[in-house]
Amino acid sequence: MFLPIDVACGVVLLWMLLGLVGLVLQNAPRYITTIIFPVGAIASLAVAASGLWVLGDVANVAVLPLGLPDLPFHLRLDALSGFFLILLGIASCGVSIYSSGYFRHMDGKTLGLLCFEYHLFLAGMVLVMLADDAYMFMVAWEVMALSSYFLVTTDHAIPDIRKAGFLYLLIAHVGAIAILLSFGVMQGGHGVSAYTFDTMRTAQMTPFWASVAFLLALFGFGAKAGVLPMHVWLPEAHPAAPSPVSALMSGVMLKTAIYGILRVTFDLLPTQLWWWGALALTLGLATAVFGVMFAAVQGDMKRLLAYSSIENIGLLLVGIGLTLIFHAYHNDALAALALAATLYHSLNHACFKSLLFVGTGSILHATGERNMGRLGGLIHAMPWTSVLMLVGVLAIAGMPPLNGFVSEWLLLQAFLLSPGLPNSYINMLVPVAAAVIALAAALAAYVMVKFYGVIFLGQRRESALEHAHDAGTMERAGMLWLAFACVGLGLAPVFILGQIDHVSQMLLGTQLGNSGGDWLFLTPVDTDRASYSPVYFLLAVATVMLLTTLLVRRLYHGRLRRGSAWDCGYPAQNARMQDTAEGFGQPIRRIFEPFFKIESELPSPFDVHPKYQGRTEDRLWFLLYMPIKQLTQMLSGWASLLQHGRIHLYLTYTFVTLIVLLIFV
Amino acid sequence: MENSVNLFAVLFQLTQLLLVVLAAPLLLGWVNQCQAWLQNRSGAGVLQPYRVLHKLFNKDAVLAHNASWLFRITPYIVFGCMWLAAAIIPILAVDLPFSRAADVIALVGVFALARIFIALAAMDIGTSFGTLGARREMLVSFLAEPALLMVLFTASMISHSTQLPRIVDALAHHQFVLYPSLAFASLAFAIVLLAENARIPVDNPSTHLELTMIHEAMILEYSARHLALIEWASSLKLFAYISIGIALFFPYGIIEVGNWAGLPLAILLLVVKLLLAGTALAVLEIVTAKMRIFRAPEFLGTAFLLAVLGLLIHFLLGA
Amino acid sequence: MTQIPLTLQFVNLLASMLLLIVFAMLAQRRILSLINLFAWQGALLAVSTFVVAYTTHQHHLYYSAGLTLLLKVIVLPLLLHRLIRKLNVQWDVETLINIPTTMLVGIALVIFAFNLAAPISQLSEGITRGLIGIALASVLLSLLMMLTRRKAISQVVAFLSLENGLFFAATSATQGMPLVVELGIALDVLVATFIFGIFFFQIRETFDSLDITHMEKLKDD
Repeated sequence: MFLPIDVACGVVLLWMLLGLVGLVLQNAPRYITTIIFPVGAIASLAVAASGLWVLGDVANVAVLPLGLPDLPFHLRLDALSGFFLILLGIASCGVSIYSSGYFRHMDGKTLGLLCFEYHLFLAGMVLVMLADDAYMFMVAWEVMALSSYFLVTTDHAIPDIRKAGFLYLLIAHVGAIAILLSFGVMQGGHGVSAYTFDTMRTAQMTPFWASVAFLLALFGFGAKAGVLPMHVWLPEAHPAAPSPVSALMSGVMLKTAIYGILRVTFDLLPTQLWWWGALALTLGLATAVFGVMFAAVQGDMKRLLAYSSIENIGLLLVGIGLTLIFHAYHNDALAALALAATLYHSLNHACFKSLLFVGTGSILHATGERNMGRLGGLIHAMPWTSVLMLVGVLAIAGMPPLNGFVSEWLLLQAFLLSPGLPNSYINMLVPVAAAVIALAAALAAYVMVKFYGVIFLGQRRESALEHAHDAGTMERAGMLWLAFACVGLGLAPVFILGQIDHVSQMLLGTQLGNSGGDWLFLTPVDTDRASYSPVYFLLAVATVMLLTTLLVRRLYHGRLRRGSAWDCGYPAQNARMQDTAEGFGQPIRRIFEPFFKIESELPSPFDVHPKYQGRTEDRLWFLLYMPIKQLTQMLSGWASLLQHGRIHLYLTYTFVTLIVLLIFV
Repeated sequence: MENSVNLFAVLFQLTQLLLVVLAAPLLLGWVNQCQAWLQNRSGAGVLQPYRVLHKLFNKDAVLAHNASWLFRITPYIVFGCMWLAAAIIPILAVDLPFSRAADVIALVGVFALARIFIALAAMDIGTSFGTLGARREMLVSFLAEPALLMVLFTASMISHSTQLPRIVDALAHHQFVLYPSLAFASLAFAIVLLAENARIPVDNPSTHLELTMIHEAMILEYSARHLALIEWASSLKLFAYISIGIALFFPYGIIEVGNWAGLPLAILLLVVKLLLAGTALAVLEIVTAKMRIFRAPEFLGTAFLLAVLGLLIHFLLGA
Repeated sequence: MTQIPLTLQFVNLLASMLLLIVFAMLAQRRILSLINLFAWQGALLAVSTFVVAYTTHQHHLYYSAGLTLLLKVIVLPLLLHRLIRKLNVQWDVETLINIPTTMLVGIALVIFAFNLAAPISQLSEGITRGLIGIALASVLLSLLMMLTRRKAISQVVAFLSLENGLFFAATSATQGMPLVVELGIALDVLVATFIFGIFFFQIRETFDSLDITHMEKLKDD
């Protein structure tokens, strides 16, 4: 008798096997791209299926004959991990299909390694979601972190990429330590076997220690997710990685951190306090606004997307915060709504962000350019990519009837329903928070218009772009899959919410339900309260468009001529006069000036070849990280005083340490 | 609301669909005519927008050489979105079956969808004006949109619903209550209306001066039927915004579910309200001066602040 | 929602408009408009006092409303107008530091004030709970205005608006103070304005400007 967890474990094994085969096949790279990645994609579907299967079912548990003597590896597949497995499956399936096209020109040795790391990365993420004891969790977490580190540094010949990889590794490990400490607090000193999640679930904890565990977990997982102020690695590491890897990191890996926060907060910790929610909400708001603001001023397309990921993580954290607040005040129906918004948005973000990241990969292949200021007009050369990317852009900008809108809608509904909480400060925080969310969402639209407009529209800014080619078949297929996911998630919210209900049942003990009853109308609370029907919406707009086209043709005519664009009486206009990415972001830079550290070099009026250069940097880097760096360097400077290279001295150190230990222990 | 959609409601919906699309240019004509009178001109008459539309539809469309498919479908999308928006706002009666498909948040989404497409189309040709217009439009909207959302939230908080028919029902058909929060919201809404419809002081609909235009800069490359659809969509947008204003702040006279007999009176009241709103808009535009583009964020920031304050006041006073 | 009488709803509306005006004053750059806003604030105060007088049938509140109208809508704004004409600063535009930040701080103050006032409001009866909060918020906002302003005149206007907030708290929450107290306060305010007026001339004599940053020179070192 098969269980969902067997399928999931089977896929993990298959992926590891595929990775090893990839290593072996280094000399036949053609097989890696044509066989291994597509098989991996099918395996992704199997993972998604196992997740979907377990949602309506009881949790599966398994104990592996591996691990520590007293603590074998415990695995568990329940509704929460099932949901995140679906997310992983859907997103990684598209990315794997895409990869099989994207990597086809890579040289065999690098490809073999990459294939190994890629599948290990996927396997690591699945294991993170399956882990049911702290040891297993940390092992899987490290597998995920290390394999992604090697993936980020695929192009390790470039110093900047090595630097980005190092920063990523460093922050990932600081986070991992915090997570480990959090588990330590939760098991409360009851020996090794208490490190299973089952023991933690039943452990008694005072609110103080619960809070310590929560804060450690929030810090640790926040570092992985890119929550302010631990976000600095994200805009460095994501652009450095090959595009499909960036897609997986942004789309899926960040969600493992969200999974971790949810798992620790709602499943493992016995109580939830309201101020945790307030903290998460505030952090989330700050992260969201920060991310979108910086996304608006980026000139590198992948950095822009990375900052936009920070924004979305902020929104997810806001959702978690809201869930916590409602749950702490025993308003579980609303908590279920906020949780549904959070989970839905995780799924959405996995789809559209993967789509956009792999799309930048195609652009990078076609043009060799990441700087948006040197792109432009690609809609003519890359029709497939441009259409599919448009879907992604509209989805991430939260446009109805696509998926980004649904989760935004749910989140705003959760805010709208909130009055009546017993804490008056929280009550008043809510409208302000809703306003900030609305602002972030509107700014996201700004960012996405900039992203799409500067890359795909207008005239070619460089003549080399004429030779740009569209994405290959497999790349198209991968993007098509992800775009379909965006549309599907947008059009069938009732079905998705039905699945999410299993997770809320598990974490909160209540279900949201769809009180309206029919699958076309999304009515989370009450039919009179709020409803939204993406299908009708799409139908109406499409009908009106069709009718208008027909009527205009019928009543008038469809004559069309081509001419030159209006040059405003200045015939020497050229493609360089369009807004660059910097130009498009200029208003934002000006309005939010205090938040940026702006360095610009203005040319002197007498310069024959004037050059303008502007750089917008993150103030936090200088305010927070540089002092830490200096402090560390100072401390290590002191420590290096101990180093003399003489063996006698080292033996003396050992001896003194031994004596001191003997005295105290 | 019962699930079975009754015949009357569908009829109301269809009536309104037709009414808005036909009456929207008339409202624009009325605003222009009022302005002409206030400026001591004789004006072109209230029917002028129809003549302009007719003329534009008859012309041959000219597209720039590098215009893509996006540029060509945008007018249809924008027109479709605006029509939809204007059709789901209750202005005559509260039973509009279609408005269940899109509540106030979706309504803001419809406006945003149209805006994104028009901004993208503006960037499609790649002239410096197009991108300039797109950038400014997005600049104005990123503050106006949340302000509008907050205004609508204030109303939804009062009526415990995000569906416009429910909101109007709660405001118009229950006991009369003074809502201080709505006073704030109405001020914020007025600013948003001016900004989103490219009116003075944020933009000037009748200028083609490079330095000042926003909306016109975006649609500079459109001609003939495409331009006609966009112009029509703009008038629909103005109509939609004024309808939202009427529905939220002066809902009295909008009839209840299934009340056929009240229809003539409702239509009369609506006409009066629209005429008054149009006149007010004209007067407002006459007495204010266009502001520099970088004052606009401050102006809209005020709207945002007012809207947030309104929402706060609702929480504080419970009204 | 329990239905409250229409008159009280009206007072609520006036109260929120009062808050709105304080916010407008906070963001107003022109001194002339600032004084006009102050006059409007006085007018709102007079109307709300009148309404409270009407609903509670307290006759002395009618006098108090009349006094407010006379003093805060007519006399003080006229005085201030004359003053700025004399000082020739009526077209002055103040450079305000970062209006959005000030506004955000303002919103935070409103939230703070309401939470502070919540227990007090529960003690008092007959009025809606938000009024004291609004009064307290406008007092705090006026203080904030005094902090952010650099010109002496706008500081005085801020001071007067602070007094308005206190007055509003008195009339709406406690149904008015004894008339004698009110008369005393009115006289105080009037005298204070005169004294401030004299100060302005003195300040300008000494520093050739009404910018109070010049006062920094006064410390000895």
